[in-house]
Amino acid sequence: MPPIVEIINVSKSYRRGNQMIPVLIDINLDIEEGEFLALMGPSGSGKSTLLNLIAALDHVDSGTIRVGGVDITALSENELAQWRAVNVGFIFQFYNLIPVLTAFENVELPLLLTGLSRKEREEHVAMALRIVNLEERMDHYPAQLSGGEQQRVAIARAIVTDPAILVADEPTGDLDRIAAREILDLMDRLNRESHKTIIMVTHDPKAAERARIIRHLDKGFLNNVYSQNPH
Amino acid sequence: MGVPLSYSFRNLWTRRLTTILTALGMALVVFVFSAMLMLAEGLQKTLVETGSSDNVVIIRKGSATEVQSGVDRYQASVVETLPEIAIGKDGNPLLAKESVVIISLQRRVTKQENYITIRGIGKSSLALRPQIKLVEGRPPRLGTSELITARSVAERFEGSGLGETLRFGLREWKVVGVFDAGNTGFNSEVWGDAEQLMQTFRRNAYSSVIFKLRDPNQFDAVKRLIENDPRLTLEAKRENRYYAEQSEMMATFLRILGTSLTIIFSIGAIIGAMITMYAAVSTRTAEIGTLRALGFKRLSILTAFLLEALLLGGMGGCTGLFFASFLRFLSVSTMNFQTFSELAFDFRLSFDIVWKALAFSLMMGFVGGVWPAVRAARMNIVESLRAT
Repeated sequence: MPPIVEIINVSKSYRRGNQMIPVLIDINLDIEEGEFLALMGPSGSGKSTLLNLIAALDHVDSGTIRVGGVDITALSENELAQWRAVNVGFIFQFYNLIPVLTAFENVELPLLLTGLSRKEREEHVAMALRIVNLEERMDHYPAQLSGGEQQRVAIARAIVTDPAILVADEPTGDLDRIAAREILDLMDRLNRESHKTIIMVTHDPKAAERARIIRHLDKGFLNNVYSQNPH
Repeated sequence: MGVPLSYSFRNLWTRRLTTILTALGMALVVFVFSAMLMLAEGLQKTLVETGSSDNVVIIRKGSATEVQSGVDRYQASVVETLPEIAIGKDGNPLLAKESVVIISLQRRVTKQENYITIRGIGKSSLALRPQIKLVEGRPPRLGTSELITARSVAERFEGSGLGETLRFGLREWKVVGVFDAGNTGFNSEVWGDAEQLMQTFRRNAYSSVIFKLRDPNQFDAVKRLIENDPRLTLEAKRENRYYAEQSEMMATFLRILGTSLTIIFSIGAIIGAMITMYAAVSTRTAEIGTLRALGFKRLSILTAFLLEALLLGGMGGCTGLFFASFLRFLSVSTMNFQTFSELAFDFRLSFDIVWKALAFSLMMGFVGGVWPAVRAARMNIVESLRAT
């Protein structure tokens, strides 16, 4: 089976004043379906940029990224938005929930972009909240939930459309030790039981330990050395 | 489906104070806008309702109002012989040769002098205007110095109440009755015998001749007959059309004044809405990034913020209209520029004003919100997400 994510000769640089700063240099990476990959590296190494490119939030300067066989570097702005809605689930460091919407409504947001009926949406949201064990708090607003609970709602929002890949940018970066462990347990479970492909950027070695494969980025280059965690 | 409406609505609710203050700014503009339109509407309605389409007003060719007109006795008697004139219950033609003069009266409270129309009437004048009801006293006897006054005049001017005496034209005039003319221009008039008034003011000509048509469809034929008769220098108008024309200049003036004031005020309200919406966009940068990341298109973001601005405008519009609607209970009087006399009328709220005011408030919301919404829609996703 071909890899679910294929990154071929991807480079990306940012402009700072008159200078072009290279962030990613000729990256090649394959991620298999059902993989749990951690991207590690010091600040400024380009790991978040790589994650943004895989999730189609940003554009490559050169190279190709294929996800599920689709060349996302060739899609238009609107096609990318549609593609993200179907194929990518996002887990952010600061949860990025919409404060004026309840947990239920936050999880329902990605489903509004599908053709599902109201009843079907309700069923999907209830199931996603059941998976993260927050069904009984569906009517709470983000401000009424703890950090760990908010991140669980964010995970429910990420999985509600059953996307091909989950991308997580420092998902435990804003949580205490116990909440962080709960989130990692949940991600672990999603990977093992639901066979979700997870790509996670993290600084935290404890978080990275949960991934099956850890790849290191340094100054825009992807190290060939990678560790495989025993599970 | 786009970003849910509840998102826009709850964001406004979350920033309640800013929302209320911005909406109040818009409400003020809508209030002024509606008030001026209601004033113009009230004036026009009052004057239009004054006339009846069955009645014909004959005035001198080229004169816009009875005040400027003169119909000499010979010409009036030619008109009187027209067979198309309806006959009253008493067997006489339903025709009145009337004379209009303007005098100055003193207000009871402020002691301020105001010009009031005195209408010299004939014996059919009351029968020609069934909308006029005598509420106190009796009609004036012809050939005497007796007057009847409209209720709004009787209440507000010295000497014009029932049993009181008015002094003008070197004579004393006794008020023997008070009439209610509803919301018509007659409600600002004083009536007495035409012949007595003409003698007092040394007039040889009537101001107008009013008659009721036997068949209202004969108006065009009667008009042609009068205007083509070489003995006559007169023109004929339907009574309602005659009063509608009188209201046009004043109503247009009020509308232009209202629109000018509103435009000036609305610039301030639009800037207020724009500041509010720019602040909303800048404090919700990360949310915009998140929505875009989740797959919402630029158009959805634009629509959500525009909807928020329109809701803001709509709230302002409804509030402004709500307060303006209380003006209906107010009656005002002003100088009618075309007759130089006092005219009392009410503010009138019509469906036309409601939709115009709401459309105007939504327009303010749209203009105030469009640039902030465009800015929100054009944000770069990665940069927006960094604003967390």
